[in-house]
Amino acid sequence: MALLKVDDLKIHFPIRGGILNRKIDEVRAVDGVSFEVKEGQTYGLVGESGSGKTTTGKAVMGLNNITEGDMYFEDAHLNAKKGKKVDVRKDVQMIFQDPYSSLNPRKRVLDIVAEPFRNYEKMSKADEKEKVKELLERVGISKDSIFKYPHEFSGGQRQRIGVARAIALNPKLIIADEPVSALDVSVQAQVLNFLQDIQKDMNLTLLFIAHDLGVIKHMCDRIGIMYQGRLVEEGLKEDIFNNPQHIYTKRLVAAIPDVDPRRREEHQRFRAQVKEEYQQSFYDYFDENGMAYDLRSISDTHKVALPERG
Amino acid sequence: MEIKNLTTSFRIGEEYYAAVDDVSLNLQENEVLAIVGESGSGKSATAFSLMGLHNRAKIEGEILFKGRDIANLSTSKMNKIRGNEISMIFQDPLTALNPLMEVGKQIGEVLLLHKKDMSKQERRDYSIELLERVGLPRPERVVDQFPHELSGGMRQRVIIAIAIANKPELLIADEPTTALDVTIQAQILDLMRELKDDLNSGVILITHDLGVVAEMADRVAVMYAGEIVEIADVESLFVNPQHPYTRSLLSSVPATDFAQDRLHVIQGIVPSLKNLPREGCRFKERIPWIEDAAHEDDPQLHEISENHYVRCTCYQHFYFPEESKEEQTNGVTES
Repeated sequence: MALLKVDDLKIHFPIRGGILNRKIDEVRAVDGVSFEVKEGQTYGLVGESGSGKTTTGKAVMGLNNITEGDMYFEDAHLNAKKGKKVDVRKDVQMIFQDPYSSLNPRKRVLDIVAEPFRNYEKMSKADEKEKVKELLERVGISKDSIFKYPHEFSGGQRQRIGVARAIALNPKLIIADEPVSALDVSVQAQVLNFLQDIQKDMNLTLLFIAHDLGVIKHMCDRIGIMYQGRLVEEGLKEDIFNNPQHIYTKRLVAAIPDVDPRRREEHQRFRAQVKEEYQQSFYDYFDENGMAYDLRSISDTHKVALPERG
Repeated sequence: MEIKNLTTSFRIGEEYYAAVDDVSLNLQENEVLAIVGESGSGKSATAFSLMGLHNRAKIEGEILFKGRDIANLSTSKMNKIRGNEISMIFQDPLTALNPLMEVGKQIGEVLLLHKKDMSKQERRDYSIELLERVGLPRPERVVDQFPHELSGGMRQRVIIAIAIANKPELLIADEPTTALDVTIQAQILDLMRELKDDLNSGVILITHDLGVVAEMADRVAVMYAGEIVEIADVESLFVNPQHPYTRSLLSSVPATDFAQDRLHVIQGIVPSLKNLPREGCRFKERIPWIEDAAHEDDPQLHEISENHYVRCTCYQHFYFPEESKEEQTNGVTES
């Protein structure tokens, strides 16, 4: 069963202007995105800046107003009319991109990690401290550091404090928005390994938002590729990497630098070829406004945005 | 270009600490030398020393550019070289450009400084030519636009246009594509490769992205804690890496062409400038499972094959902990 279901999600931001500050146009940040995330799975949303991946993630968290569409979490309607809204904030948590700005520099680690359960549970000070120590140990940070401030930690450690805060209430779904893109490679490896461990231990579901296809391939079971607010291709990791169908996906895969210098020229030729194909067949894959078509299944697991005829 | 025993030290409190410690490098014409390392390894400090951009640092050693030592040149003398014979491409195209000045004027600035005989009209025409050269569409319009009207990739092209305005013999690129999307990154790398061949200039490429290195570099220097730990041509470095740090770095990157279950994690953290181990092998404390006897007391660069240098003797004894003991570290070992 799908833990999270997003159905035809649209998020448009108004552009205001003129003397009366009326709405004169809108930005279609997300324009008709649907996907499902199964329990225990890691779903990757990939795209370049401006593709709407973060906006989608924030919408699931309830941090953006939704223009149209529906979201379901365990069959509970997330964006129902006022008063009927279900509170899933306890079950859905988020890990942010920048570990330097997502932790309050004036709060101690104890207060940062304890904040979620101060809001939801009544605990004595002593219990609270115990719980925080437990959480810190779980993320591999010494339990003696509860009275330290964020600046005393390195980037990787801070990101783990962010994870400790996110798992404090035993959530079911974690939205990780570019959790490693601000980190060095060796620290990145540490955080990725650690996320996988935590996921296994707690049976977590992850919605993983990133632009780095290497990281995405390492982490995710299913991948959705976004371009200008729409999904252009969606499928299992194997579908996307071994059998990309949409020209944009192909271009994205070809743009990843190859770590083998012996294949450098071959790779450059391949990239030039894909680029040419992209330019020539752009209108086979996008409509006259440059928008992607609706997704269409080409196998049980693999969907591609292709026009009607194909 | 030849760098001999370059040491750049910064003052913290009363004492000087070397961020770049005894680095020697050389660069030929039309060659791309990549300097790789994590943050805090001293790679950017090296580049800034070459450009003379450190204000209060103590710089020792020699930086020979076309046979002339430019290490501690006065600002006015350095200004004649900067932007002219040596120029730099910066990481963040948004902060490197002046937001209040049209693109054309910013290109004009370098021309005004170094080509005094050009008239205003000539400068403008040449700016347009440069913008066209770096692949910007409709250069005659872009020349009158402000940086905020351009996208990230376009801005980086403008920066490159400024850098190549005076046909430099040496181009220093500090993380030129880190702030860009992958498809744009590919375009910028293609452009840099093309320009390098055109101008026949040397390039020092500073990056932490091993993929970019594999695509661009002819030779690679790996830096750790202010020192070069391995230097080799790009093929030997990627196919036959020797130093424990290089090997660890390479195995901690998620690859796209084959699946790994777990990524390798380097234990510990990069030491801060004040706490750099100054004696013995600097990488020692991050590979504690290698016995002390494997390290040299005063690690030197050893030539292990032609033009392939590795520091310290520990590479001969290095193995990954995963290879020996099966239930080794679960990745989170840092306290």
